Amino acid sequence: MSTFKFSLLSFAVGLIVFAVGHALDIGYLFFAGYTILQFVVLATAWNILGGYCGYVNFGSAAFFGLGAYTSVFFYKLDAVPLPIPALILAGGIVTGIVGFGMGYLTLRLRGAFFAIATLAMAVVLQTLIVNWDFVGGSRGAYILRPESLEIGRLSLPYIEYLFLLMLLLSVVALGISRAIERSQLGFGFATIRDDELAAEASGVPTLKLKLIATTLSGALMGMAGAPFPYYIGFLQPSSAFGLEYGVNSIAMPMIGGTTSWIGPLVGSLLLGTLQQVATVTISSAVNLLIVGLLLVTFVVIAPNGLVGLVQQHLRARRKP
Amino acid sequence: MDFPFELFLNAIISGLLLGGFYAAVTAGVSISFGMLDIVNIAHPGFIILGSYIAYLLSASLGLDPILVSVLMLPVFYALGCVVYQVYYLAFEKRGQEALRGLAFFFGLLFVTEVGLILVFGVDYRYVEAAYIGPALHFGFVDLPLRMLIPCAVALALFGLLQLFITRTFTGRAIMAVSQDQLALQLMAADPIRIKRIAFGISIAIAGVAGALLVVIQPVEPSVGREYIGRIFAICVLGGLGSLPGTLLAAMLLGVMESLTSTFYGPSWAPAVAFGFLLLTLAVRPAGLFGR
Repeated sequence: MSTFKFSLLSFAVGLIVFAVGHALDIGYLFFAGYTILQFVVLATAWNILGGYCGYVNFGSAAFFGLGAYTSVFFYKLDAVPLPIPALILAGGIVTGIVGFGMGYLTLRLRGAFFAIATLAMAVVLQTLIVNWDFVGGSRGAYILRPESLEIGRLSLPYIEYLFLLMLLLSVVALGISRAIERSQLGFGFATIRDDELAAEASGVPTLKLKLIATTLSGALMGMAGAPFPYYIGFLQPSSAFGLEYGVNSIAMPMIGGTTSWIGPLVGSLLLGTLQQVATVTISSAVNLLIVGLLLVTFVVIAPNGLVGLVQQHLRARRKP
Repeated sequence: MDFPFELFLNAIISGLLLGGFYAAVTAGVSISFGMLDIVNIAHPGFIILGSYIAYLLSASLGLDPILVSVLMLPVFYALGCVVYQVYYLAFEKRGQEALRGLAFFFGLLFVTEVGLILVFGVDYRYVEAAYIGPALHFGFVDLPLRMLIPCAVALALFGLLQLFITRTFTGRAIMAVSQDQLALQLMAADPIRIKRIAFGISIAIAGVAGALLVVIQPVEPSVGREYIGRIFAICVLGGLGSLPGTLLAAMLLGVMESLTSTFYGPSWAPAVAFGFLLLTLAVRPAGLFGR
């Protein structure tokens, strides 16, 4: 299946979900669905660098928060109210540049140092935002969200509009990661993951490939964050840069399986839904505990995630 | 306005005291990350756990928090051994420590933090002891005992550790395992056992550091996160695995943070450590005192 067909198909699936939700007219479904889709984008973006190249990024929250604060910046600028797709693009560009810069500074480091550096970057960016009064500083910023979106005579509740955008974004992210996996780029990434030194020695341009991965992954995370202020209505540095984004975007691919695009999708759909249920029925602290415990259990017991378990099962059945 | 010399001197001195404490916080990671190559990001989690145990026992039994931490040394040592055993079996043995090992420790950090939040809530907890409050005054220089005692304990701990590493057989074996694991195996020593002991020690130190932390400042579960940057900044800056280097780097960072929060405001202080770490990693990954 070509990437184009795949994207069309997955968008169609998404649209059916949307249509069912719209017909049922349950606003909460869209609130929950938005969060889950947001995690689909984050997990897929993380996997481009983490799963394909083997570089662990703990700073997903930094990219997510930066994307969100780019939107706040344009909102506060108050010149022309930009439409959200433009904001998503702007967020993507800013975080793409930051991702490139971070990659350039740190990718010559060994894996572990890279991971720590990304964590450090998240804190530095958060401190900068806390001290930047224009976007609200530590007090946070209010974003007034319109009730609904009017296109001609058609009126769409705003949350449904945001949901649609996030749906589109997750299709784009999945399409990109699936295309990478089947291209020369993906093979290049895999050589980096398996043996960087050998790859370098056989002429793979490792630094260039890694820069492509950090830029892409960073840009996608920023795009996931850009509509967030409009979703939540009130943005604080501690919520935009929350550790749960970092943990979730690692846990979801790890639980799903990091070697293919399906893994992050499965992981984020399952874990995202589980979290929504746990938040509603138990408490939000418990749902974070569940994520942490699942992450630890899965990396210890099932190193290749759910997808790996299924593959193992199929292989065992094929060989009697 | 002329230069506020008194303020400057006070900031430097409190920075040095803070640096002594940072040295104790980092010593464990210097062993696990610097010597054993185990990227234990969960170290701050163990530190906060130590803080809460010190808080719990000193609040309920009226024991001195630092005494509690010394009593808890074996418990934390055992905990460290268990964690290393799991890490070894699940990751090191299969050669998967890079990606999944990191995720494992990250998850561990997160679980500790959320677990503490569930048990104790997000309120700040503090301990009471006779030396929290009063300060020594020398002219215009203030030495709060709240900082002085943790710094002294930390330095004593650091000295003992350095003696242990350089003078005893086990200590030297730890150094050896950090340099050449195969050679150690050829000399009929079990590198896994040595590493387990070393990791146990590193977690035991984290427990003590936690008790010192709760003496210095009130603690809540997510405080640990701020220390990730500090710990690794100091560890890398000090040249991985070098204890004297770690001490110097800790003092340096303490003074810089103290100067920053005195002259620019405390909200900038966390960025100092992380910014410094990023700079070190980008410019000189071997650290200031690297081998």
